[in-house]
Amino acid sequence: MDYEMIVGLEVHAELKTKTKIYCGCKNEFGAEVNTNCCPICTGMPGTLPTLNEKVVEYAIKMGHATNCSINRICKQDRKNYFYPDLPKAYQISQFDIPLCEHGYLDCIVNENGDTKRIGITRIHIEEDAGKLIHDDSFAGSLVDFNRCGVPLIEIVSEPDIRSVVEAKAYLDTIKSILQYIDVSDCKMQEGSIRCDVNVSVHKPGEPFGTRVEMKNVNSFSGACRAIEYEANRQIEILEQGGEITQETRRWDDMKGCNFLLRSKEDAQDYRYFPEPDLLTIVVEQETVDRLKAELPELPNKKIKRYMEEYGLPHFDSNLLVENIATDRFFEQCIALGVCPPKAIANWLLGDVTRILHEKNIEITETSLTPEKLTDMIALITKGTISNTAGKTVLEEIIFSDKLPEDVVQEKGLAQVSDTSVLEEIAKSVLAANAKAVEDYKGGKTNVIGFLVGQCMRQSKGQGNPAVLKEIILKLIAAE
Amino acid sequence: MELYSKTATDLAGMLRQKQCSAVEIANSVFDRMDAVEDRVKAYLTVEKESALAQAARVDEKLAAGEELPPLAGIPVAVKDNICTKGVRTTCASKILENFVPPYNATVVERLKEQDFVMTGKVNLDEFAMGGSCENSAFQKTANPHDLARVPGGSSGGSAAAVAAGEAILSLGSDTGGSIRQPSSFCGLVGLKPTYGAVSRYGLVAFASSLDQIGPLGRSVEDVAMLYRAICGRDPMDATSAALPQAAASWDLEGGVRGLRIGLPWEYFGEGVEEPVKAAVYRAVEELKKAGAEVKEISLGSADYAVSAYYIISSAEASSNLARFDGVKYGYRAPNCEGLTELYERTRSEGFGAEVKRRIMLGTFVLSSGYYDAYYKRAKRLRQRIMGEYEDAFADCDVVITPTAPSTAYKLGERVGDILKMYAGDICTVTVNIAGLPALSVPCGKDENNLPIGMQLIGPKFSEGRLFQTAHTWEKLCGGFNAIPTL
Repeated sequence: MDYEMIVGLEVHAELKTKTKIYCGCKNEFGAEVNTNCCPICTGMPGTLPTLNEKVVEYAIKMGHATNCSINRICKQDRKNYFYPDLPKAYQISQFDIPLCEHGYLDCIVNENGDTKRIGITRIHIEEDAGKLIHDDSFAGSLVDFNRCGVPLIEIVSEPDIRSVVEAKAYLDTIKSILQYIDVSDCKMQEGSIRCDVNVSVHKPGEPFGTRVEMKNVNSFSGACRAIEYEANRQIEILEQGGEITQETRRWDDMKGCNFLLRSKEDAQDYRYFPEPDLLTIVVEQETVDRLKAELPELPNKKIKRYMEEYGLPHFDSNLLVENIATDRFFEQCIALGVCPPKAIANWLLGDVTRILHEKNIEITETSLTPEKLTDMIALITKGTISNTAGKTVLEEIIFSDKLPEDVVQEKGLAQVSDTSVLEEIAKSVLAANAKAVEDYKGGKTNVIGFLVGQCMRQSKGQGNPAVLKEIILKLIAAE
Repeated sequence: MELYSKTATDLAGMLRQKQCSAVEIANSVFDRMDAVEDRVKAYLTVEKESALAQAARVDEKLAAGEELPPLAGIPVAVKDNICTKGVRTTCASKILENFVPPYNATVVERLKEQDFVMTGKVNLDEFAMGGSCENSAFQKTANPHDLARVPGGSSGGSAAAVAAGEAILSLGSDTGGSIRQPSSFCGLVGLKPTYGAVSRYGLVAFASSLDQIGPLGRSVEDVAMLYRAICGRDPMDATSAALPQAAASWDLEGGVRGLRIGLPWEYFGEGVEEPVKAAVYRAVEELKKAGAEVKEISLGSADYAVSAYYIISSAEASSNLARFDGVKYGYRAPNCEGLTELYERTRSEGFGAEVKRRIMLGTFVLSSGYYDAYYKRAKRLRQRIMGEYEDAFADCDVVITPTAPSTAYKLGERVGDILKMYAGDICTVTVNIAGLPALSVPCGKDENNLPIGMQLIGPKFSEGRLFQTAHTWEKLCGGFNAIPTL
């Protein structure tokens, strides 16, 4: 009952240009209904589109980031269909000559950092449609045209994806690249990135199965659930001796299942033809080259580099790269050469991130600098302060201009390694915890951690835990 | 001579010499309208009040000694498929019967900057589809030269209004001959500019790759004046072009000495009525006497041009007219159950027969499985026609043909005879297909005293040379400007 799944994904990402693709209206989410629209994007008779050239640049950037070849000369086409959210009754898109094509992405698919190459068939530019609003107080539907003409790129993958894990890796990679090259916000909850999913299953060694397309997949986690569900649905049908029919299904994420939207016979004929209102797109080679040169190091490559160069685990690398601001901070810390990457990563992903989450802010909104953080970490490595004291220092320096050394002085956080002082503390702790000492002697050696902890508490965090442990062991042995 | 029967050029001079006021000109035109409009039926919307107010403002500016642009105070009628802010723009269709645009077309904005006086919006074949104005959903416009005959189309209202003295100038649109053929039928000068010379922003699209807005008037100078006011690059229309210097300057008095005229024999074939051919030949003979060289040339694809034209224009129309769905503006069929019924009934009830015919034809030729056989082949033919013209213009400066194979026919005569109606476009469509400029000028009358038109075609952006050639002919024949008695 072994089946292999074949998955292809079409990702639609809204580009974060200032204005819409074919008119001067603002491209922003959340404005009051029907305020970011004009005669052009509402399809008034007689209006004409003019192309926002930034859209072409953003799409080319994504093309470069996904190793595509760029069609410097390409055209736009009309995709004709009727729907109330599409005021012109056609969508301006690209049909046979997309702006970018024949690319690929190397997606990291496991903890070892192994990658899987997934082909990119094409990336083309197009306009978004409006939104239908269903209001119970009104016997019908209302249309919000604010989203009409918001620029989109559609990124179409080859059917190279073989599992939900790979699909997730691919989608995460796409998302982080879009953010890294700064062309899309990728805010799922605002619908700025969506995808259509194509799934088929077959037994290994047999030809590919019939493909089913799923629409209305509005989140990446939803995509994974949708793929899983659809593959199982198909397998079940096949196991019962049934056949898969080529069709389009609608994913319902709330119910966690899909249902038939239209069969192959009802497939729409979009009657594509070249958009006569717009000129052929001609991009200068210099522009293509400049956009390539401007590309930053891409997240999937960066994760691999962190693993290989800094010896960071995949988990850490991934988390670091996920947040562009934190990642930039990390690299600045590394550049200072003061402390080891793993220690920096631990602090950034641990306490720093915790504080940022609590306040719901980005690292750039704090007073923390790479110098301050690495100095603080260096104080710990040198043994000047304990790890616990380090946390206190961080709390102080993250929202003030204070330097780590100042906080250490001010709060008297310097670590005590003086054995005579520590011995007194250890003696009192052992006296107060006779049971634990008994346990230790009885073989429960892990209570040593508890005893060290108690000593640390008594020393107000200033005791050097390594020294304390030695003393405790010596004292117990001497009893 | 009444003010309404004068040319814009004359009136502009009189205004500046204080021989008349703008209000007097406007009143003369509106009085004429009162006298003849019930028989001509050129107007769908008359803007008398705002026109008189605008004329009064022009008079104030003149009184204050302001220097005004050439078209200030000149009454101009606007074809009702060109958007006018706050003024109903119907495209002569039931589906847009009550549509009031929230914006002005670029050409209207440019004329407003010139302080023009808009008399109103004039009739057309529904969505500019047709050649007789009989496809208007609202009224049939009559030819002022013979009220029993059609004014031509689709800019029939634009032509009839100017020919009858109900406007001094007018704006039309030309997708396959819609300015030139009615100009020919009504004895006017009409220009279809080079594709891209005039902004299409605000022209309700019929076939985007063929449509151009252009001027109609009673003299070459008048048409040149209106053209100069509306041409030039518009950032709102990606297909509009920055005009080369030569296209925006001309010397009407330059004559035709050494001008090489090409006569394509395919355009003088058996489909063209004898009196029409004879009149064009006579005019060409006069131009030859005035110093032009005349040679016969060949434009071999003419036979296929009408087919290619109907495929391309209908394909684009089927997409352009899809937005009229009852959702956002215009007619909405009442009491619909659900979306599909709303679409089907709104469009069935809102569009006329000819528009529906073209939407169906266009939908068909773009359908998967038929695209290559029709649309793609038509596009190839388009390339060939362009190439033939390019070759022709290597040997000559201006190509001359009849504008239409016949003079104005009787109202109702060709209704139902679709193919004959379409064949009437034979002389004009290649110009749109190739994106060239062409001017129709009167060149005599037939046995019924109906005007005959001669078409002057030039290479892209050669409007100046066309005006110059036409003006030479205008002087040779003693002038065109004669308003028929009504």
